[in-house]
Amino acid sequence: MKEFLMLFRRDPNEDLDLSPEEMQLQIKKWQDWIGGIAAQGKFIGTNALANTGKTVHPDAVITDGPYAEVKEIIGGYLLVKTDTLDDAVELSKGCPGLLDGGTVEVRDVMVFDF
Amino acid sequence: MESNQLIPHLFRTEFSKIVSVLCKTYGFSNIQWAEDIVSDTFLTATETWRLKGFPENATAWLYRVAKNKAIDQLRRDNNFQQKIQPDLQKKETTEELQEIDLSDHNIQDSQLRMFFAICNPVIKPKAQIALALRILCGFNAQEIANAFLSNKETINKRIHRAKATIKKEQIQFDLPSPSEIRERLEEVISILYLLFNEGYYSTSTDKNLRKELCVEAMRLNLLLLDSPLTNTPELNALMALFCFHASRFEARSDKSGKQILYHEQDRSLWDGELIQKGEYFLGQSHSSQKVGKIHLEALIAFWHAQTTDLENKWENILSAYNQLLQLEYSPVVALNRTYALAKVKGNEVAIEEALKIDLSDHHLFHMLLAELYTPNNKIKAESHFKQALELVKNENEKLFILKKLEDLTSQD
Repeated sequence: MKEFLMLFRRDPNEDLDLSPEEMQLQIKKWQDWIGGIAAQGKFIGTNALANTGKTVHPDAVITDGPYAEVKEIIGGYLLVKTDTLDDAVELSKGCPGLLDGGTVEVRDVMVFDF
Repeated sequence: MESNQLIPHLFRTEFSKIVSVLCKTYGFSNIQWAEDIVSDTFLTATETWRLKGFPENATAWLYRVAKNKAIDQLRRDNNFQQKIQPDLQKKETTEELQEIDLSDHNIQDSQLRMFFAICNPVIKPKAQIALALRILCGFNAQEIANAFLSNKETINKRIHRAKATIKKEQIQFDLPSPSEIRERLEEVISILYLLFNEGYYSTSTDKNLRKELCVEAMRLNLLLLDSPLTNTPELNALMALFCFHASRFEARSDKSGKQILYHEQDRSLWDGELIQKGEYFLGQSHSSQKVGKIHLEALIAFWHAQTTDLENKWENILSAYNQLLQLEYSPVVALNRTYALAKVKGNEVAIEEALKIDLSDHHLFHMLLAELYTPNNKIKAESHFKQALELVKNENEKLFILKKLEDLTSQD
């Protein structure tokens, strides 16, 4: 099996007015979806990324997040193992982020044979 | 206590204590000698008590006789110089014999040392378990063989080899350093876990022996919790898990030893006291560190041990299974998770996810699908029950599936 990375992109301003109950529901939806992937033995690892951060530019200028001006940020990633890219894409179809207008970018993880 | 049960009972509880104290006093390499002293003590007890009746305080009697036997033998034994002396020289140079301290405190300390000595990584895992059962639980080779569906000779060889390793590697009987204890705790947990599971899930029909294995695993776990060095969140979680499972011991099989499934059990037979204890240990298991595998299993067991189905029961179980699978994949956990999913989101959703799991060579996979299809698609349910029947090995389970098939077709 090969490894693939799913990158979750979303509108950074979307979540700002979620109620605690809605947040809880969000977690549940994501956990149920990831649990389904893990139940197929295809889960490797995952992390969510916070909205805050900094960007370092070539001229040593450092700018702050949370990127209010950008339309999309990466909200997290999920590393999976499947036979083909198409299988990984198939797995991504249930991603709860898609229902909220986000996208999932599925990328082949490069393997170097030394 | 019935008098005909007194000796077996004393053997189970006292054998390990005296052997541990003797090993602490005279060195771990003399373990065989220590065992012989204690076995001989029990022989004397049987002969004496047969004629004179039981003494008022049988335990104190055993300690006194064992102590005397050990000291007498050390004094008389011509081989003493060669056998015991080399180990003793490290501790003292005089001819004086060591005091054998059978106080509660020293017994506990000795048993703890024994536990960690047996878990020394130079001893092979299978031998560790056999040795733990022999020394810490007072099982004889035949009993160990019965529990592990092996034979007496194999077990004896295994124990013999382990003892040779103890001598050869000169394994010390000291408590490991706190960092070594932390490292070895994983081994300790897996031994306890195996011991308990052997009792809880083994195919052996000897219900008493199986129960005894569970009780021993719990006793050893308590021993570890009694020491501040080893009272860790994981061991509390493990104890909680054991309590929740053990609470159903009486309800999970009928008089003939046939298994009764969880949802068909008489809940009034569940042991409320053990469930409460489980909740206590679960409370003690909170840790600032990440939630581990044992915690999640204990949490799932907690929800299953509730006699009335609480709100959100299955949501919580599903969530724990989701996390468990992310920590470590296992086919059985994947199937259990799908069952929980059916309880939360309905059979259709669960069937869809079950079909994505590649476990068609596992009878439990077909059992699950058959259960999920039963309400709405009898033909598919029947087909999966039949596939399960072809794959299953255990006779009891075979009968169970046949019964399910019969129920299914009689509903038409």
